Amino acid sequence: MGTGTQALSNRATDARPAGDFDRRNADWYVDKLIAGVVFVCGISAILFVLGIFFFVTKEGIGFVFEKMDFREFLLTPYWSPSDAEDPEYGILALMAGTASVTGLAMLVAVPFSLGAAIYIAEFATGKTREALKVLVELLAAIPSVVWGFIGLVIMNPLLIKWFDIPVGLCVLNAGIILGLMAAPIMTSIAEDALKAVPDRYREAAEAMGATRWQVIYKVVLPAAKNGLLGGVLLGVGRGFGETMAVLMATGHAVNIPSSIFDSVRALTATIAAELGEAVVGGEHYQVLFTIGIFLFLITFIINLSADLIVRGIRKG
Amino acid sequence: MATANPTMFQASDLNHHNERVQRRYRLLFGLMTLLLITPVMLILGTLVVKGGGAISWEFLLTAPTDGMRTGGVFPALLGTIWLVTVALILSVPIGIFAAIYLSEYAGDNWFTRTINLAIINLAGVPSIVHALFGLGAFVLFFEFGTSILAASLTLAVMTMPVVIVATRESLQAVPPAFREACWNMGATRWQTIRRVVLPNSITGILTGVILEVSRTAGETAPIMFTGAVFFTPFLPQSVFDQTMALSLHLFVTATQVPGIEEQVPFGVALVLIALVLTMNSVSIAFRMWLRGKKKW
Repeated sequence: MGTGTQALSNRATDARPAGDFDRRNADWYVDKLIAGVVFVCGISAILFVLGIFFFVTKEGIGFVFEKMDFREFLLTPYWSPSDAEDPEYGILALMAGTASVTGLAMLVAVPFSLGAAIYIAEFATGKTREALKVLVELLAAIPSVVWGFIGLVIMNPLLIKWFDIPVGLCVLNAGIILGLMAAPIMTSIAEDALKAVPDRYREAAEAMGATRWQVIYKVVLPAAKNGLLGGVLLGVGRGFGETMAVLMATGHAVNIPSSIFDSVRALTATIAAELGEAVVGGEHYQVLFTIGIFLFLITFIINLSADLIVRGIRKG
Repeated sequence: MATANPTMFQASDLNHHNERVQRRYRLLFGLMTLLLITPVMLILGTLVVKGGGAISWEFLLTAPTDGMRTGGVFPALLGTIWLVTVALILSVPIGIFAAIYLSEYAGDNWFTRTINLAIINLAGVPSIVHALFGLGAFVLFFEFGTSILAASLTLAVMTMPVVIVATRESLQAVPPAFREACWNMGATRWQTIRRVVLPNSITGILTGVILEVSRTAGETAPIMFTGAVFFTPFLPQSVFDQTMALSLHLFVTATQVPGIEEQVPFGVALVLIALVLTMNSVSIAFRMWLRGKKKW
């Protein structure tokens, strides 16, 4: 739409001879200047993402090129970076820790948040619905360090008491904490996806005599399928990248878990716990940044797929 | 004219069955919603009960004493206010302009989609990766050192998507006819945005800014290595100083201080939650008030 830039000056036109269509007055220049500034800010998000990738890679790339053995890095479970003679950097156990905690969290969060989203978007009405929405939004705002604290001081003794285990900081604890934390976020995304289904679909189905559940099951859910899947994926990305809560609730022991009562350690938590003690530019420091590159790439892929899946509905 | 079949408007067995199925599912999903909310409410209740005793004006307004085992949270609270303020000053203008670009200038093409993807990614990258970025870029490369400035820049980059998304939504809620009317009067694009679009969406933008305050105040990982420290006896004097912060203070008092009075970390947690949830509630209340006021 070019109409905005072709605007006539409301001050000078009377004084000008007819046929003078040069509109480049002060307002015109201001408009051009602002358009430039706005454009730069508009692409800033791209610049920041590239910047994150660049600077994290810059610090970690030395290790990747010089010392890293991809097989050892990805496939061995031995992580002992502070060993002075023969430090070992295998992230398999850390990946297992992240995967087990995230997996359990999704097992808790996905069904409940989808159920809650369906209830809020399709069944609840009026005041109840508003209240539930506000509540979910507030729950989603609780900071992750508070969740970690809850895992440490509330869940920990509870799990010890309920399951008679020596330490309550384990996959189960972190999984529940992460699940409770991710659920409100996934609920709001899923609810948005349900709300994006046009009302005329529902009206058409109801006019055919379908009950509300039939409308949901046969019409709304199939139509919102991609949006819901995208929401679940974003939730997975959140859980995967969560740092403080898993740092405090997993027990932080390098370990491939064999049961949900084992302590584990996550990729993110390892960086948070060890970056402070690593010498800047040293090998340990570079390895931690290499894990950062790894985390960045994985979340990038998750977010990209979520976006592509959600875009799928708009086209279809 | 045939008389109406009297059974025609009566519910059949199938109708009854469908009704029952629907009631069952309604109950199921209602229970799931309750199960999702109840444990969190119980946990928050426990925090209030256990931490409530610690909260007092003295707790809020004094520094930790006795190797952080007792005393208040004042330096951490002040540090969080510093971090949030500086982060907002840095990110809000850029975020609003970015949203103006996306809503008012950008067309529907691959370039805009790339920007949107970048925004999603900025929000989705793990917070610890933002911390690595902040350390590599602001602390080391730009040589700000571990300072409020470096930490706030990291926070600003991380939470900018909140402002962008909220602003874009409220800009797009302004009807296109408003802009067209203004253009027809001979206004330039920027005049239209400044005089018509922004005044009609400013409250929505404010909602996003408040939400960002809440997000920024709660973040821990991004500031751990960029500007927030476990303990410092000094209050920050400028953006180049290090500072304590409420979120990190909770982590420290919960995990790093042996022999701490039990209610101190609970008190810290409560102050942090209260700060974050108050900000969120204000934002929500604002939005509801706005919806009630809308004239179009």
